Amino acid sequence: MSTSRRRFIKLSAVAAAAAAADITIPGLDEALAQNAPDASIRWDKGACRFCGTGCGVLVGVRDGRVVATQGDPDAAVNRGLLCVKGYFLAKIMYGADRLTRPLLRMKDGKFDKNGEFTPVSWTQAFDIMEEKCKAALKAKGPSSVGMFASGQWTIWEGIAGAKFMKAGLRSNNIDPNARHCMASAVAGFMRTFGADEPMGCYDDTEHADAFVVWGSNMAEMHPILWSGVTGRRLSTKHVKIAVLSTFTHRTSEAADLEIIFKPQTDLAILNYVCNYIIQSGAVNEAFVKQHVTFMKGVTDIGYGLRPTHRLEQVAGNNGYPGADGKPKGDPNAATPTTFEEFKQHVSEYTADKVAELSGVPKDKLEALARIYADPKTKVVSFWTMGFNQHTRGTWANNLIYDVHLLLGKISEPGNGPFSITGQPSACGTAREVGTFAHRLPADLVVANPQHRATAEEIWKLPAGAIPGQIGFHAVAMDRALKDRNLNFYWVCCTNNMQAGPNLSQERFPGWRDPANFVVVTDAYPTVSAQAADLVLPAAMWMEKEGAYGNAERRSQFWRQQVKAPGEARSDLWQIMEFSKRFKTEEVWPEDLLAKAPQYRGKTLFDVLYANGQVNRFPLADVGKVNAHAIKGYSNDESTAFGFYVQKGLFEEYAGFGRGHAHDLGSFDQYHRVRGLRWPVVDGKETLWRYREGYDPYVKQGEGVKFYGRPDGRAVIFTLPYQPPPEPPDNEYDLWLATGRVLEHWHSGSMTRRVPELYRAVPDALVFMNPKDAEARGLKQGDVVRVISRRGEVQTRVETRGRNRPPVGLVFVPWFDESRLINKVTLDATCPISKQNDFKKCAVKVVKA
Amino acid sequence: MTLVGAGLALHASQVRALPSQVIRAPGARAEPEFLAACLRCGMCVCDCPYHILELATLGQDIATGTPYFVARSRPCEMCVDIPCVKACPSGALDPELTDINQARMGLAILSDHETCLNFLGLRCEVCYRACPLSDKAITLEPQQNPRSLHAMFIPTVHSDQCTGCGKCEHACVLETAAIRVLPRRLTKGELGGHYRPDLPERIPEIAQ
Repeated sequence: MSTSRRRFIKLSAVAAAAAAADITIPGLDEALAQNAPDASIRWDKGACRFCGTGCGVLVGVRDGRVVATQGDPDAAVNRGLLCVKGYFLAKIMYGADRLTRPLLRMKDGKFDKNGEFTPVSWTQAFDIMEEKCKAALKAKGPSSVGMFASGQWTIWEGIAGAKFMKAGLRSNNIDPNARHCMASAVAGFMRTFGADEPMGCYDDTEHADAFVVWGSNMAEMHPILWSGVTGRRLSTKHVKIAVLSTFTHRTSEAADLEIIFKPQTDLAILNYVCNYIIQSGAVNEAFVKQHVTFMKGVTDIGYGLRPTHRLEQVAGNNGYPGADGKPKGDPNAATPTTFEEFKQHVSEYTADKVAELSGVPKDKLEALARIYADPKTKVVSFWTMGFNQHTRGTWANNLIYDVHLLLGKISEPGNGPFSITGQPSACGTAREVGTFAHRLPADLVVANPQHRATAEEIWKLPAGAIPGQIGFHAVAMDRALKDRNLNFYWVCCTNNMQAGPNLSQERFPGWRDPANFVVVTDAYPTVSAQAADLVLPAAMWMEKEGAYGNAERRSQFWRQQVKAPGEARSDLWQIMEFSKRFKTEEVWPEDLLAKAPQYRGKTLFDVLYANGQVNRFPLADVGKVNAHAIKGYSNDESTAFGFYVQKGLFEEYAGFGRGHAHDLGSFDQYHRVRGLRWPVVDGKETLWRYREGYDPYVKQGEGVKFYGRPDGRAVIFTLPYQPPPEPPDNEYDLWLATGRVLEHWHSGSMTRRVPELYRAVPDALVFMNPKDAEARGLKQGDVVRVISRRGEVQTRVETRGRNRPPVGLVFVPWFDESRLINKVTLDATCPISKQNDFKKCAVKVVKA
Repeated sequence: MTLVGAGLALHASQVRALPSQVIRAPGARAEPEFLAACLRCGMCVCDCPYHILELATLGQDIATGTPYFVARSRPCEMCVDIPCVKACPSGALDPELTDINQARMGLAILSDHETCLNFLGLRCEVCYRACPLSDKAITLEPQQNPRSLHAMFIPTVHSDQCTGCGKCEHACVLETAAIRVLPRRLTKGELGGHYRPDLPERIPEIAQ
């Protein structure tokens, strides 16, 4: 069976290659016919459920069950390949403990905060949600209700959720788990380019002469993207790879130049590289003159800790209320400056000084700078959580753009800074739809009255429907729950009790406080579900029609392949159905209703979803649009609501970006192709943004135009090195960095239910330098406690294997729900992006 | 009596040929010497902190009372202080073994290139990352994938480093492992004595 399937793939590849070369291979069609796959399986295209790489998969269904999955040979991202998580996709929906009924904590037949989880009907579940949500709204208004969203939501789940919260309940307290993952990248893009998401695409890997990987273990976390990078180096001898990290990992293994630096000193190294570029005369002066402007960011911005923290009280620009009640500055503020001033600033970052600060030998620093500065070398810089999960994460993003902008190495094949996303739809859903506390679709923001007006017009809402007050971000939500300012909280499609920082001190108390009501929608009984008051069973992945947007701006669609088990329903159905519980009079003030009297007496469902736009595609269209793939196709949400829900939501939402450089293609087109990279204009995707000849928004003769900003210029930011908030000291004498492993996806709620993946990596260990172990009287395999000022976990010492930290740093993965390392981590964020730093806090490790 | 005797003799001859999936504890001497020296006392099993080692019972194809483990079920954790060897009163487990990395319990072999996911171009390499001596005992050799521009990463075992702990076989995600640990005699080839692959590239005496 497997041999014939492999042979089939091989033959398919030969056929594809032959077709591309416009040649026929005698006998191939016959061979393909003979080796055709099992006819009892219905195959369709889809996107992988896991990381931001966005591999295409083929999904095989028999008797209403996904029985087969494999890499899609026609998907440009992965050409039929997958990682080992992708290999097991067929098993992720079939864990033995799938949630199939709503579960409410009850005692004596009634809700009780300390009751036992008891199965209830959907009506009962929505009854208690309605009661608790309306009670919070009545007592304290929209700021007391919130939703924690997900970069693993489908695009339409994001649209429905954002509309429900921002326009329906009139609260911007919706923030995604992508805050933990991509917020610094977003803030970096917005500050430098005035537009979110990368200019380049994965095709860059086929053109680059050098790859510089900053704070990213791509070999494990973006496996297929990494095999593209490695493939490029194999096929082209001169290609070099540099890897910068605070510890040696599987990506370092392939590095021509491995740089291990002291935590936080990446800021200094980036400034040094800029200095080297200027001192060596490598600045692309014509590019800088035409396409760049210079700004200096404020410093002294704090660390996103609680305002009572010592470091925040002394910070002058953290934006927190000062003694007079007014905000202390704005961490995002910047003033115009000049190239000369920038040059003066970076000149302080000499090789000697930075070598001492970072612990990186001078010759390695120079080798790195030479890669960038060489005019003949096309360079792609990749980064992920090392830059983003950083108390100066926005700065790190700005500084890497400085490097590329000084050289003009940007927005062309093989040259460019490339921020890789972690989640499958951090871009497509969280960022593009704007399910953040401060965002609206297509790079619009709630704080801008014109942007709100645009959204209100597109959504057919009265002026003023969307509040201008930025809502709570992820970490602020935890604090608001603990402080009883947020009292109704709905967590969808993410496991934040395990994933968020400092859980014992800052999250768990708020969830279990009787003043608050917490709802978790998930497919499995995660740590979060177990900490909730009400658990709603979710349909997952191929149990619903979906769309994800990957790291290269590629939006990919799939059809619902199978039914969800029991009474499990998609997040989309849950949000839309729950919206029927609210009359406009209950959630909107009279002045708003007076502007839209037609909405009086209507439910939020009528106003947000049955608004003449979202419901304009009839149910019959579901079958018609998808007839080429599945005869008689339908999906559960459309059947439930009586119109093509996904198409209506998507087409209304696409109105935000079309004509504004965020153009999405037509809904129907996506259901036929293997994804398209936006902007999609006249059905054609865009590979490199801001560059004439590739980007339809750059006119003939303009060459390069950073049109996200009004002056068409990108910003080179002057930003210094600043120390991290909690360095090791005599008692807590080690750095702790957390992260992932290839075998498990995030908190492991899916992959730990695949027996083979569980067996491959069952437990999270503390990776430690053998010298650090010896100095503490520890050896390989010893049971130890990893302790910070906030909490501790017990695990075993690993001095061998995949991660090899330098002396002074330990690494613990966070997939393991039996060892919740986020009891230990610190809730310090980048004050601009509000993204948490999971890579740096102080711990001690002692024998248990 | 005769039949029983014949049965025992047959059993004895079978156990001399240890089943291929059975691995002895670290430091175990070559099988005949090990069997001669092992007291069947079970001390090594008692001192195995991870309860990996088991004692063979009557009826198994292993000499009764001798210690063993099966990698696919539970591999050796390679304790740095090697408590099993320290516990052995007879020297059946060689007390000279003080560095666990020098243990040679068996040898891993990637036996099936047709089902190994890495040979199919997938990014698995679970065996490589599970290896306590990864980058030494198992390396990843990148190769161009003929199907695409992506690289394939081929796990490659190095017999001079592999301890035979079995972590790779245990972790292999296939229904039946494509990589497995076998007695070294079953996996390791032997070149003809006339061929010297370790010869220096140039022999000074005859260099031009």
